[in-house]
Amino acid sequence: MIPVVDTADTKNILIVGVGGQGTILASRVIAGVVMRRGLDIKVSEIHGMAQRGGSVVTQVRFGKEVFAPTITPGTADFILAFEKLEALRWLHYLREGGTVIVNSQELYPLPVLTGSKEYPVDTMERIRGKVSRAIEIDALEIAKKCGSPKVVNTVLLGVLAGLLDSDLEAWRETIRETVPPRTVDINLAAFEEGIDRGKEFLSQVGN
Amino acid sequence: MKWKGFIYLSSIPGGFAAVQEFCSICEEHGFVIGKGRIMLELLTGNEAVARGAYEAGVHFAAAYPGTPSTEILEALAKYDEVDAQWSPNEKVAMEVAIGAAIGGARSMVSMKHVGLNVAADPLFTASYMGVNGGLVIVTADDPGMHSSQDEQDNRYYARFAKLPMLEPSNSQECKDYVVLAFALSEEFDTPVLLRLTTRTAHGRSPVNLGQRQEIKVKEYKRQIEKYIVLPAHARKLHPKVHQRMVRLEDYACSTPVNEIQLRGRDLGIVTCGAAYQYVREACPEASVLKLGMTYPVPTELIRRFAGEVDELVVVEELEPLLEDHIRGMSLEVKGKDMFTRFGELSTETIREGLGLENAVSSRVSGGAVEPEQPIPGRPPVLCPGCPHRGVFYNLNRLGAVVTGDIGCYTLGALPPLSAMDTCLCMGASIGKALGMEKAQGKEFARKTVAVIGDSTFLHSGITGLMDVVYNHGTITTVILDNGITAMTGHQHNPATGFTAKRGPAYKVDLEQIARAVGVERVRVVDAYDIDAVYSVLKEEMAVEEPSVVIARRPCALTVKSRSKGYSVNSRCIGCRKCIKLGCPALAIKDGVAEINSQLCTGCGMCAQVCPRQAITLSEESKGDSRG
Repeated sequence: MIPVVDTADTKNILIVGVGGQGTILASRVIAGVVMRRGLDIKVSEIHGMAQRGGSVVTQVRFGKEVFAPTITPGTADFILAFEKLEALRWLHYLREGGTVIVNSQELYPLPVLTGSKEYPVDTMERIRGKVSRAIEIDALEIAKKCGSPKVVNTVLLGVLAGLLDSDLEAWRETIRETVPPRTVDINLAAFEEGIDRGKEFLSQVGN
Repeated sequence: MKWKGFIYLSSIPGGFAAVQEFCSICEEHGFVIGKGRIMLELLTGNEAVARGAYEAGVHFAAAYPGTPSTEILEALAKYDEVDAQWSPNEKVAMEVAIGAAIGGARSMVSMKHVGLNVAADPLFTASYMGVNGGLVIVTADDPGMHSSQDEQDNRYYARFAKLPMLEPSNSQECKDYVVLAFALSEEFDTPVLLRLTTRTAHGRSPVNLGQRQEIKVKEYKRQIEKYIVLPAHARKLHPKVHQRMVRLEDYACSTPVNEIQLRGRDLGIVTCGAAYQYVREACPEASVLKLGMTYPVPTELIRRFAGEVDELVVVEELEPLLEDHIRGMSLEVKGKDMFTRFGELSTETIREGLGLENAVSSRVSGGAVEPEQPIPGRPPVLCPGCPHRGVFYNLNRLGAVVTGDIGCYTLGALPPLSAMDTCLCMGASIGKALGMEKAQGKEFARKTVAVIGDSTFLHSGITGLMDVVYNHGTITTVILDNGITAMTGHQHNPATGFTAKRGPAYKVDLEQIARAVGVERVRVVDAYDIDAVYSVLKEEMAVEEPSVVIARRPCALTVKSRSKGYSVNSRCIGCRKCIKLGCPALAIKDGVAEINSQLCTGCGMCAQVCPRQAITLSEESKGDSRG
């Protein structure tokens, strides 16, 4: 496995989801790991009205020296999608050969709830049709098994870490420091589950 | 080697790259450095601005919340050494900060770009007065309108009000420039503007933390020719302002924050703020004049830079302020003919503008760029349990003409609630409703309703309501009182009973304010009670006199404990009446309504509108569903 976090080239990770899903923790942990290694990092997110149940995106860039705070479409190494439709919405940000990690959860936007639009039934097929490295994971189910539906984000983070990095101890340490003390065990269990899914995927698809 | 101690690196200009260089020099000399752990913190630009103010010894800070500026005051309120407060609006915040500066304190006031419009009156004349203690005014602009009604370029305020302006491009500079701004403010006897944009304000990047300089509050001396702007005094002050700006332009030509970076000779780019970061990414080989101080424009420095390069290009977000200035210097320059003046710039748009091929030749196409296979949008929406929902549902039923205002509740304009006709700026709803009545007459006023939040009403709605009574208006005003400034993330205001530092405060009584300006019909209604809201609105709209309806319920996001949610039983016939509430917890599945138990807050509004008693409280109680 390539310890990508240690390379000098700038890496781009796009974290997408729905306002209120807790995408912030994921970017905080990634940032913690990156800063431990003395690398430069920029994290960009949008606050305000979009947070009220809208489509939200966090952009993480790290490397030896990072300038632009935002990711150019077509250059993301990873998309970490907390929701399936959002994975499709932002897919054009992925670079060729990049990996999209999709939580299989479906959250219906209001136009779907009110019946004026339909939620695409073939979202995952459409994603797989465009990207060879797409991994779908039922993070909510795994999170519940670990003891709390709230640790969906840590499961997804585990998948990312498993695919991205060889030194996972730094991630565990950062998670310990980042999450509320009484939830450390559940979060670490969720993280390990995620790592396993990531490695499973690598054994099938390769680096 | 044994641990020796800390070194604070805040005295090293140049941000992260300089720290890296410093560390490598230390290592060459045999020192071991705990890189990245001890001194660097990942801060948003807003947090870094607050940190800079703290380190500069700021004594006092005021603000009114507004995206993307809100977190500056929130962060400052956490420092024990800083007296930080929310003011009722930006104008008051500015005035309090000016007063504190005259009183000798180092003061900061922060607001979003449109907030500076509200505070423009004191701003312009504070420029004449100058300061005693340093005064830094932060404006956070929003190119691309992520959470704003316009994308005005507040750099024009610097030119208009004759004030110096600094523009950081990352979090480190946010901190450093605030420290510099306080020094300049006192040295040149002027308020200093610091302009952020959404990307610098909300972007996170590493910052070296330093220590606070303890600065004493200066002595206050009466100086009426300086602090009283009688025409006779102001006539003397105005030329002084000009002399100050001339001296500041000299400074701008020599300050290290205005930096010529010579690389290739072919292309020279003048840039500032977030655009600098995109420029460095888009064409690393170009020479750059990075302006950290954009006003006064450093004319001679630009001329020097122009002499070093063959082609001069300005890359600036929004308006061609620098470009126009440079053209006025009779230099050949390009800018807005290559780059958009709308929205944010990006690495991609700059490469396109410069005629460079984008790094990405072939792309993975996705949903958002495939017009032939559109995917449903995901607009923001009122939260499950939002107390505003029932009011808009009823205004829709009543066929009201609704003049709206700024806050979460602007979302009442979107389908299926679709209950708003106009939304302009903070506090405008009430004046607009009165104006509609003036245009269309008393009959029209029977269906005209102004809708305004509690914080917005206190910000600038009270004077509008006064005008309704004073000028014989008969429209109805609804105050959506959710007990907090919700849109910007739940800040306290004069009606919440708490200060910015979470201490107790007097709680303004909205009913009494309405009565005091002369409204006799003031009704309070539970915002969750659909029928009561309907009948109160109907009655108050019908009467030919001004009335105020206060729809009261705490913001659903601030209510932590709830025991039960609702569920749909077999009596549901799929009539879709509940769906008209536009609640994200409700959907039609297989022809009948379904409630998402994870999202349901138990407000019960859907159960009230159901004609078949098909929505009832769930048998099992559940804990707090929110993460």
